Amino acid sequence: MPPPVYAGPVERTWYYTFRVICGLIFFFLITPILVIMPLSFNTVPFFTFTPEMLALDPDAFSLRWYNDFFTNANWQGAVKNSFIIAFFSTILATVLGTVAALGLSRAVMPYKTLIMAILISPMIVPLIISAAGMYFFYSKIGLASTHLGIILAHTALGTPFVVITVTATLVGFDHSLTRAAASLGSTPVRTFFKVVVPLILPGVISGALFAFITSFDEVVVVLFVASFEQRTIPWQMFSGIRENISPTILAVATMLVVVSVMLLSVLELLRRRNERLRGMSPG
Amino acid sequence: MAQVEAAPGIMTTADGQPLKLSLQRALRRSKIRAMLLVAPLFLFILVTFLLPILDMTFRSVENQLVSEILHRSVPLLQQWDEKTGDLPPEDVFQAMVEDFKEGRENRTIGRVGTRLNYEVAGMSSLFRSTARKARRIKEGPYTDALIKANKRWGDVETWRLIKRESGTITLSYYLAAVDLRFGSDGSVQAQPENRQIYVKLFVRTLWLSTLITALCLVLGYPISYLLATLPTRTSNMLMILVLLPFWTSLLVRTTSWIVLLQQEGVINDLLVWVGIIADDARIRMIHNQAGTIIAMTHILLPFMVLPLYSVMKTIPPSYMRAAMSLGANPFTAFMRVYVPNTVAGIGAGGILVFIIAIGYYITPALVGGTSGTLISNFIAYHMQVSLNWGLAGALGAILLAIVLILYLLYDKIVGIDNMKLG
Amino acid sequence: MKDVLKYSSFAFAGAAAFGLAATTALAETDLVVVSWGGAYSASQQKAYHEPYMAKNPGIRILNDDSSSEGLAKLRAQTEAGNVTWDLVDMVASDAIVACDEGLALEYDPDELLAAAPDGTPASQDFVEGSLMDCFIPQIVYSTTFGYRTDAFEGDQPSSIKDIFDIEKFPGKRSLEKKPIGNLEWALLADGVPVDNIYDVLSTPEGVDRAFAKLDTIKDHTIWWVKGAVPTQHLADGEAVIASAYNGRLFAAIEEEKQPIAMMWEWQVFDLDGWVIPKGGKNIEEVKKLVYFATDTQRLADQAKYISYGPTRKSSAPLVGKHAELGIDMAPHMPTDPKNAAKTLLFNYEWWADHRAELDERFQAWLAQ
Repeated sequence: MPPPVYAGPVERTWYYTFRVICGLIFFFLITPILVIMPLSFNTVPFFTFTPEMLALDPDAFSLRWYNDFFTNANWQGAVKNSFIIAFFSTILATVLGTVAALGLSRAVMPYKTLIMAILISPMIVPLIISAAGMYFFYSKIGLASTHLGIILAHTALGTPFVVITVTATLVGFDHSLTRAAASLGSTPVRTFFKVVVPLILPGVISGALFAFITSFDEVVVVLFVASFEQRTIPWQMFSGIRENISPTILAVATMLVVVSVMLLSVLELLRRRNERLRGMSPG
Repeated sequence: MAQVEAAPGIMTTADGQPLKLSLQRALRRSKIRAMLLVAPLFLFILVTFLLPILDMTFRSVENQLVSEILHRSVPLLQQWDEKTGDLPPEDVFQAMVEDFKEGRENRTIGRVGTRLNYEVAGMSSLFRSTARKARRIKEGPYTDALIKANKRWGDVETWRLIKRESGTITLSYYLAAVDLRFGSDGSVQAQPENRQIYVKLFVRTLWLSTLITALCLVLGYPISYLLATLPTRTSNMLMILVLLPFWTSLLVRTTSWIVLLQQEGVINDLLVWVGIIADDARIRMIHNQAGTIIAMTHILLPFMVLPLYSVMKTIPPSYMRAAMSLGANPFTAFMRVYVPNTVAGIGAGGILVFIIAIGYYITPALVGGTSGTLISNFIAYHMQVSLNWGLAGALGAILLAIVLILYLLYDKIVGIDNMKLG
Repeated sequence: MKDVLKYSSFAFAGAAAFGLAATTALAETDLVVVSWGGAYSASQQKAYHEPYMAKNPGIRILNDDSSSEGLAKLRAQTEAGNVTWDLVDMVASDAIVACDEGLALEYDPDELLAAAPDGTPASQDFVEGSLMDCFIPQIVYSTTFGYRTDAFEGDQPSSIKDIFDIEKFPGKRSLEKKPIGNLEWALLADGVPVDNIYDVLSTPEGVDRAFAKLDTIKDHTIWWVKGAVPTQHLADGEAVIASAYNGRLFAAIEEEKQPIAMMWEWQVFDLDGWVIPKGGKNIEEVKKLVYFATDTQRLADQAKYISYGPTRKSSAPLVGKHAELGIDMAPHMPTDPKNAAKTLLFNYEWWADHRAELDERFQAWLAQ
């Protein structure tokens, strides 16, 4: 979009200056994420671009650190744990959160704001406080240093996202549809799966993605509540960074960026589908 | 329920029930159904999340240890008047020796020493050495025997401390969390100046959070404006530049900043290569406050952009055009017409960023060095290193209170129901 | 709607079953041994765990690298009545606290530990003062100084005074971010005789004096928390002088061939060893492991992999060559007479009393 034709020289200058400023801010946002990628293919254990790399010499690049990642038992254990924990906590969070959102969206629900506030409090309370509380309490009830304990903790942290996204989809939900289904003789369960679920599905999926990434990225609670056997990828990264960053961490980071690109694409597709369904999309 | 005879003149349903009653019942039923739907999650959050936090808060005042382990001497101490300046009577000493023998037996006496050492240095070794010697005290006078075991038992202050900390709840941790302490006469006084640290840390945490929020606003406002005014197709493309960092692991982003900012890092290399700085004059940008500010601003910027963008998207461009056609120059039009319309977005984004910032732990721990650490890092320190869990609980409870106040503010401005994501 | 609830309870039950499976999958003979990770755990694995598992096929030793939070987690587990650890590697000062708080098992050295090959009972064979109520000593390590050999022309740092001499030896220092050790060194550099250190530190003026000495290098100091960091600082050139664990310096110098040399004057000795958690579930099995892992040969074996000194006198003559580098390990031991001319041993009792107070003062000092 060029500056409007009626713009004067001052406005033109400002117009381009503004674009440059915005460009710099976008640069600030994205560079840190891109810069680690080439470095993860370094042959030498430094975090700098070697002259050979800048000359695009193929010998300066290698999969050495990826190889290290795939052969190191610590990292492999962490990957396994991360997926197991994220998988179960996502399922739990999605089911609990969706059901609760269905209840919350009913007009008759009493104390709605208060309950909503409580349900999304895990998102607001600083993680260090949640972690401190869970550390003491989960030890007391024997859940500390167990997979189940971490799964439950991550479920609690993930449900607010599901509640929020599903509630948002339900705002535009036409309740006469369920009444229509009922009047046509459908059982409530059938109505739920045939009428409600397809309509709220985008919200449920994006909530589930949020819950997944919450668990997958979470490190504070894991640091406190887990022990070595429940170590996750972020746990392993955190201890790695504290000790000394080996470029293996950059390889892991690069792969995690790829994971987030995939998640982002799924979300974007969902958003487009949702807009199309509601006839809001321009194209 | 018995069938109600329908009185004439009252509307009834097909089965003869009064309509009002029937409706009420239906309403109640659907209320119950709604509550049943919410109940599983509510109970789940209660058990896995709220109870742990309550438990932590309870720890910050809980103080049963002393009276539980010194269970013979503490009740007797209550009758002793600590203001006279005299030592407690012989029976207290005797009870204390008994308590020591028992505490030594089941290895609990050291915990009292550790607990009291938080208040006065030296208690830990007093209890440890006395525990070793108490076994050999067979007969009275116990006063002399105990003082012989360690002369600090002859100091009234020791007894005053035990009496003061023998209640089942204590405010000591909260006092310590705001750099205060109990004096020997029981009055509240300031910690010695060279030990004052937490107030400074809270101030630093609030100040850095404010600064980071302001930076996020300064950086986030222009790009949100650009995103909101560009055609959808272009803005969707640019939006990826905001969303990708948002979805990328926090640890990945922190790692990147370490790689970029460290002295042997990319930025310093670049500056040396260009010739702006000498190789031996590399800039320290990490492991200090600058590191925390840069990395956290980057990490929290999307939380500012997303709410700003969603508010700006709703402002029709005709507002600005109208203002300008009425004679306002673009700057005035922007400041007087556009900005006031975005206040809700500024409030939402600002409070969100601030709330997240004041509780941040991971990034300051990794890039903050000593000057860039926040209160959360000290909570972690007291939980994992110093093991002063009561103090960790008190610091946590204060932080939580600050966050909850902000949360209420957020609710007032934006409404919790209106919270949006992505 | 009921179905949904049913599904969710299925999912919950599934998760619960999974979690239980994950925790109870440990057979009776799995021993969870907690240590520091890295090269140190590796040396224990090779010297103790692998030979032990080879001899006892029914035993599986699982490593948990949580020793840096060992005391905190052990306390939480004990409070919960659910101790999942069988053996924990701790520094002596932590072991004292663990013992005080009733978290660790007390033991009789001559009953639990093997006698020396010549029949000397364990209580006589271990270095004096190293055996404590609950603490089973394993190694002597020291925190000492390393410096970059290319940083200074002419004289190289050779005494504690040089560490504090910014004029003569300019450049960044990298020191551990806690008062323990640093305060003692500050006083030694300020001319306090070693025997008086803790007397001086017991007075407020003495503490002020130590901090005043530290003030002279504060602006030239970066602080480390994790043991691998100071050698990294030296290797990267971020610091020219660093305090570090001698084993880490050994690795940086001999294994990674970094241009670093060691300065042994007033190295601070510390002990590291085992404690057996009181509520452990396999105490009898763990005692057998400890008997094996602390015998004369095993302690000498560990020194093949890392340059920490064995705590048994009878092990010292058996210390041989590094397993991979083939160099003599004895001259790299902190206990070697050449290195140990001037050494300082922590006063654990004193620090147990003053740690909380001085930690706060130290943090306040850093924040100034």
